[in-house]
Amino acid sequence: MESSDPLNVEGLAVTLGGRKVVNDVSLAVKSGGWLSVIGPNGSGKSSLLRAIAGIIPAKGTVHFQGKDIMQLNAKLRAQTVSIVPQIPIVPPRVRVIDYVLLGRTPYLGRGFQPTREDIDLAEGVMAELDLEDMSDRFVTEMSGGERQRVIIARALVQQPKLLLLDEPTTALDMGHQQDVLELVDLQRKRLGITVLGAFHDLTLASQYGTSMALLVGGTVSKSGPAHEILTEESLREIYGAHVSIHKDGESVSIIPERRKGPKGTPNSD
Amino acid sequence: MGNKNHKKQGTPAELTYKLVVGASLILLSSILLSLLFGPVSIRGDRIFLEILNRIPGVSIDSGLSSIQAAIVWDVRFPRIILGLIVGGLLAVAGASYQGVFRNPLADPYLLGVAAGAGLGATIAIVTGATNGEGMFDALPIAAFLGSAIAVGITLVVGGAVGRSTSTASLLLAGVAVASLFTAIQTYIQQRESSTLRQVYSWILGRLSTSGWDEVVMILPYATISLAVMFSMRGALDVLAVGEEEALSLGIRPRRVRWIVIGAASLAAASAVAVSGLIAFVGIIVPHAVRLVVGASNRLVVPLSFFIGASFLILTDLLARTLQSPAELPIGVVTAFFGAPFFLFVLRRRSDGVI
Repeated sequence: MESSDPLNVEGLAVTLGGRKVVNDVSLAVKSGGWLSVIGPNGSGKSSLLRAIAGIIPAKGTVHFQGKDIMQLNAKLRAQTVSIVPQIPIVPPRVRVIDYVLLGRTPYLGRGFQPTREDIDLAEGVMAELDLEDMSDRFVTEMSGGERQRVIIARALVQQPKLLLLDEPTTALDMGHQQDVLELVDLQRKRLGITVLGAFHDLTLASQYGTSMALLVGGTVSKSGPAHEILTEESLREIYGAHVSIHKDGESVSIIPERRKGPKGTPNSD
Repeated sequence: MGNKNHKKQGTPAELTYKLVVGASLILLSSILLSLLFGPVSIRGDRIFLEILNRIPGVSIDSGLSSIQAAIVWDVRFPRIILGLIVGGLLAVAGASYQGVFRNPLADPYLLGVAAGAGLGATIAIVTGATNGEGMFDALPIAAFLGSAIAVGITLVVGGAVGRSTSTASLLLAGVAVASLFTAIQTYIQQRESSTLRQVYSWILGRLSTSGWDEVVMILPYATISLAVMFSMRGALDVLAVGEEEALSLGIRPRRVRWIVIGAASLAAASAVAVSGLIAFVGIIVPHAVRLVVGASNRLVVPLSFFIGASFLILTDLLARTLQSPAELPIGVVTAFFGAPFFLFVLRRRSDGVI
């Protein structure tokens, strides 16, 4: 069964503007798993995902389901991999259904005319994501949480085997962050999609991923289960953050602590 | 999956089909209306009989004299068809430019087409190379070459070919090239003041024909450029989400941009070559269409063809009948209606609607 083949990233390197932003990254994700990539700003998380999605050029191989997806043409790659971008561009006056149908682009013929089957598929995904009543609304007129669901719908309509999430919850409040990630997790389990996501929020990343990789300066510094990677020492060293970490079995919660000033504790008042 | 949508939307293909049928009825009415009027009054029923008579295999006595028949068939009809082609070309080119630059105010003359054609035409007129009308007249050829050269310079300098992901440099190059060509054109025009009137009449635009020559001349370019722009209309919708996301959806955006700009410029250049600078059709028609059917280029591009063709046929009807037997330059008529609409669109745009 090829679908049980893991995702294997080997020696991936990205150079942007003469600077190596991703340097010899190797990662493995088991099929149907969810790897959360964390790391400070500028560590190369986004570039890594964008390289795998084919948005920016890169060296290295990404073996997945018996193919090196770096060697596929744009159309075939888009049939295998879809991405939820960090800051999607939402054009004005485009209806939700038309926006979601953009996900069918890699399957359409020359005229890019969606068929009845494409529309049924899009409506099915929209129903799964509680969007069926919003079909005729303009995407620009939706709330942040609704809009993110629409963008995930577009990515799912692409029928990816590998779903890339580039900080998908950055613009959302806590409740909507959880909604979005639960939704992705549900679809991952239902459809057997492999997920590779970049996250800022470490607690959320640890709760939803099946494994985790810490990216520092464009290279993988550590990978493994979340509770091994998220330690008070590593977060201080890498993020320059002062935190206390509470572990309860596999789950990890991170509590930021106000750092002590030179003149004593800021909490003294 | 349990889908309980009671009012099922048509597929885009079905919707396009319905709207295109509607728009082609508008076009047909414009053609018929326009056939009825002219400096020589001819009975409408006889005109229709004469048209039927021209269908191969049909033979009806329309009751028209041979001169009247020639007026219908060799004067009015080719002019209407030329209006159809030019209006359709300009509107579709405008819609395509607006899609590819993701800028609702883009115009088919944007990248130097107008200035280049103006220079070419001016040179043809002042050198006396234009000997009248006809298939091998130098004027349209010079205008076409002028706009092709101007757009070519804009594309090379502006970097559509290169790695640039921004279209701003292309637009700026277009502005600079247009200024340069206009400066040269103005210089030549002022130096040869005896031909000033002729140059102005060309610049203001006109749909004058000598039989079917102009239609035959423009037809191959019109067919090719329209076919390309039609086939890329779906890709333009994908491009609307930006180059990066278009890439992740399996589109090669630079290639799409290149092809669409090339085809739209060919369309604009060939329209300009036979009709001069007809203003505003390329902006107002796609916008009018968008206000009715939304922003999807799958609909906007084909509908712009029909509405642009109808618009130009009807404005030409006004241009040649308002002061009959004299003619107003058609560019004056389109601008008279186009400019207020353009201001209206601009105002809507500042409200964030377009």
